[in-house]
Amino acid sequence: MTDDAGFGVYVHWPYCAAICPYCDFNVRRDRGGDHEDLLRAIVADIEEHARRIARRPAQTLFLGGGTPSLLSARGVATLIEAVDAAFGLEAGAEISLEANPEHAAMFAELVSAGVNRLSLGVQALRQKDLQTLGRRHSAIEARAAIEAAAHTGARVAADFIYALDGQTEAEWADALDEILRLPIAHASFYQLTVEAGTPFARAVARGRMHALDVERAARLYELTQAKTIDAGLPAYEISNHARPESERARHNLLYWRGGDWLGVGPGAHGRIAVDGARFATRAHADPKAYVRAVAEEGIGWAEQERLSGPAQGEEWLMMGLRLAEGVDRRRIECARGARFNADVLEALVAQELLYTDEHRLVLTPAGRLLADRIARDLLLG
Amino acid sequence: MISRDKIRNFSIVAHIDHGKSTLSDRLIQFTGGLSAREMTEQVLDSMDIERERGITIKAQTVRLDYRAKDGEDYVLNLMDTPGHVDFAYEVSRSLAACEGALLVVDASQGVEAQTLANVYQALDNNLEIIPVLNKIDLPAAEPERVRAQIEDVIGLDASNAVLTSAKSGLGIEDCLEAIVTRLPPPMTGDANAPLKALLVDAWYDAYMGVVVLFRVIDGVMKKGLRIKLMQADAEYQIDRVGVFRPKAQDVEALGPGEIGFLTASIKEVADARVGDTITEYRRETAQALPGFKPAQPVVFCGLFPTDAADFEDLRAAMGKLRLNDASFTFEMETSAALGFGFRCGFLGLLHLEIIQERLTREFDLDLIATAPSVVYHVHMNDGTMRELHNPADLPDPTYIKEIHEPWIKATILTPDEYLGSILKLCQDRRGVQRELSYVGNRAMLVYELPLNEVVFDFYDRLKSVSRGYASFDYQITDHREGDLVKMSILVNDEPVDALSMLVHRGRAEARGRVMCEKLKELIPQHMFKIPIQAAIGGRIVARETISALRKDVTAKCYGGDASRKRKLLDKQKEGKKRMRQFGKVEIPQEAFIAALKMDGD
Repeated sequence: MTDDAGFGVYVHWPYCAAICPYCDFNVRRDRGGDHEDLLRAIVADIEEHARRIARRPAQTLFLGGGTPSLLSARGVATLIEAVDAAFGLEAGAEISLEANPEHAAMFAELVSAGVNRLSLGVQALRQKDLQTLGRRHSAIEARAAIEAAAHTGARVAADFIYALDGQTEAEWADALDEILRLPIAHASFYQLTVEAGTPFARAVARGRMHALDVERAARLYELTQAKTIDAGLPAYEISNHARPESERARHNLLYWRGGDWLGVGPGAHGRIAVDGARFATRAHADPKAYVRAVAEEGIGWAEQERLSGPAQGEEWLMMGLRLAEGVDRRRIECARGARFNADVLEALVAQELLYTDEHRLVLTPAGRLLADRIARDLLLG
Repeated sequence: MISRDKIRNFSIVAHIDHGKSTLSDRLIQFTGGLSAREMTEQVLDSMDIERERGITIKAQTVRLDYRAKDGEDYVLNLMDTPGHVDFAYEVSRSLAACEGALLVVDASQGVEAQTLANVYQALDNNLEIIPVLNKIDLPAAEPERVRAQIEDVIGLDASNAVLTSAKSGLGIEDCLEAIVTRLPPPMTGDANAPLKALLVDAWYDAYMGVVVLFRVIDGVMKKGLRIKLMQADAEYQIDRVGVFRPKAQDVEALGPGEIGFLTASIKEVADARVGDTITEYRRETAQALPGFKPAQPVVFCGLFPTDAADFEDLRAAMGKLRLNDASFTFEMETSAALGFGFRCGFLGLLHLEIIQERLTREFDLDLIATAPSVVYHVHMNDGTMRELHNPADLPDPTYIKEIHEPWIKATILTPDEYLGSILKLCQDRRGVQRELSYVGNRAMLVYELPLNEVVFDFYDRLKSVSRGYASFDYQITDHREGDLVKMSILVNDEPVDALSMLVHRGRAEARGRVMCEKLKELIPQHMFKIPIQAAIGGRIVARETISALRKDVTAKCYGGDASRKRKLLDKQKEGKKRMRQFGKVEIPQEAFIAALKMDGD
């Protein structure tokens, strides 16, 4: 891997028709209106950034949220054109959009507008599970949406959530078998995580829901790995599976491989290089504050932090260990200005949690279940 | 100088929260010592910790000028004494400076164990006692029941007890009249005899230096006088003589029966020992006052800085505390697990807690405290005896003839319904029952117990089995032979020296099991299994296993999560500083302290 791990643009569209009870993203309930002012602000933000940083062609554009499929096809086209005009989208650039199954009727239009990868928030194929998760689509709509997406000719990915309260191993095994028969080449399987401040967290606090016990979580994860490998859809990241390799989410790989991306839209984070230094940025989370910041200051940043070498090294390790391909050991050691602690490495290798040679650090399947802890031990050791 | 028959010296005996401080404040206010505005805070307990916990650590005194109903002016010296058993010796010296005491009892709560111990001390010192029923205006007040209880339990006539409500100011004048009419003035005292005064207490004041509180028996204490401290065998020249009203106020001289303070360029509080006799240099009194005892620490523990870099700061802080508290001792200690620290001696568990808290709070130090230990007498085969303050220093058992441990006499008062659990607790702790009697629906238990069973978690257990209703007090009686063994704790097969302790052989297994269970809860999971064992010699007596961490990975991790992860890592870096490495295992400092507390919650 070269040090240039690529460049992409992330656009955050914060509005959703309803807020899901597990979600802790920067999301807002859509109370109507066309949000023209936000769309214009995002475009202006993109244009201003292009003036400030060296023009750099983008290999990926990701429209995430929130629910960017709530934007009209015209709105989506506007954003794609803005990025292309400002930075230039490379030929064959990956242009992803997160879409809800209930918007299946728009998929063809969205693809005409330039989207070439649809990431569907399916979450489950069972009605009961969809209800638990507070999703607005039915199981039938979910299947229809996948069919519709496949028909557009775009690459199709689908997100699923498992390890729900009360979900048995047998139930998930059956559900997973069904999922693996769907015409998709990319799937994300997320274990339900009860995030602080969400309705689920309140339900757990009141005893109306049980947080997942670690042992069961581990078994469900192992089951998922075994079944996806059997089905030829192995994990290339902790929760992300694709076949073949070309189906991987190139934009998300930027995050895990330590690439650069510009983040625009309310609450979006970015990592960009300016004059040899690398910055972590965060835009104003509140849409009004974001629009105002763009109007007054040209760009929507609320925060920017110059990343020190060690801080970059830390991020690269914590993000990169998630990948099946592992991380570039030398790149991280150079950034941190220190070798990894040999005793810690040796212990991890002896426990068969990690492979290493002079060049790479790669977690074993057992190690991936402990990726966060291993990263911590390597960085604090 | 005041005529002896116009002096009344008294202290107040009360259980925590029964209103001692409020009553003192009211007496001061009534006699004009302070304006209402100055009364907004309780005056006497001046340390933060004293105020928060409602305890008095240092004796203090205040002089009240009172014109009684007989038209005469009296000087009343109120001596505020420490109320806790850890400071029993200090209490005895304060009481020795008085002729009388107010026994303050909450009219709804009744007599508590601590009250008892102090009131017996007052009786031992031949003090005249006036029962005061406080909080008389509370709806729950039962003055008749409490009156009967005082008569039954203490054997004091409570028929003419003074009824007060310190909070609302009720009965304050009655209280002052009772002090004047019912307490005797100082009996003897010759102003012309050589100076003889009792050193009641001493403390360090930032402005005045070492301040000595005293009670004159014979002679006159005045500025410029050369004095001698008889036990310390040291001489000084008095710089100031004064009284507290409650603000320090210089006076010309203090004569027989009077209480006041002096300063004399004494360098350290340790030089002014409680109970010492102050006399005139070159005109010494014939005989020193009886009852002097040098301060003797009874509980020891190691204190280590969490961050090794704070060692010198800890040394300096301890030096500063010792300036003001000569009963606290420390010497350097090295632990394989904890690095450099100090072995510290305390008067008791409360004293230990107070010092620890002051080090943490006033000096901003993070500390690890090792298991509290008592002073064992180790009798060797060669006939010598060694005092053992630290289980880690126990000599090879083959050279030991026997080990003796300190025993206490404990008094426990409890509502009847908790008696069963308390008897079991005392029995479990090798207690020997000496007395069991009833006072109304409250039982009074007297037990002999080994102190090492008490320093551990006895008080917490007692509170928990009695839902906080039982009260407890103790005094050390003697050293007795015990079948004691050293128990080591091994974490992942590595001994953790700071957790080793001496235990009775018959209790080792139970103690080891509790310790292992506690550590299992407190040590976070690692990526490997961690055995925790309690061992005596090579024999494992208890064992627990912390299972290996199964899963620790974020499900969803994209662009915005990189910053979140880095923030978490920064927190973990801070947390790591509070971790101690034992072989491959990291033990958080909090776990350490909690394991040693063993509060069983």
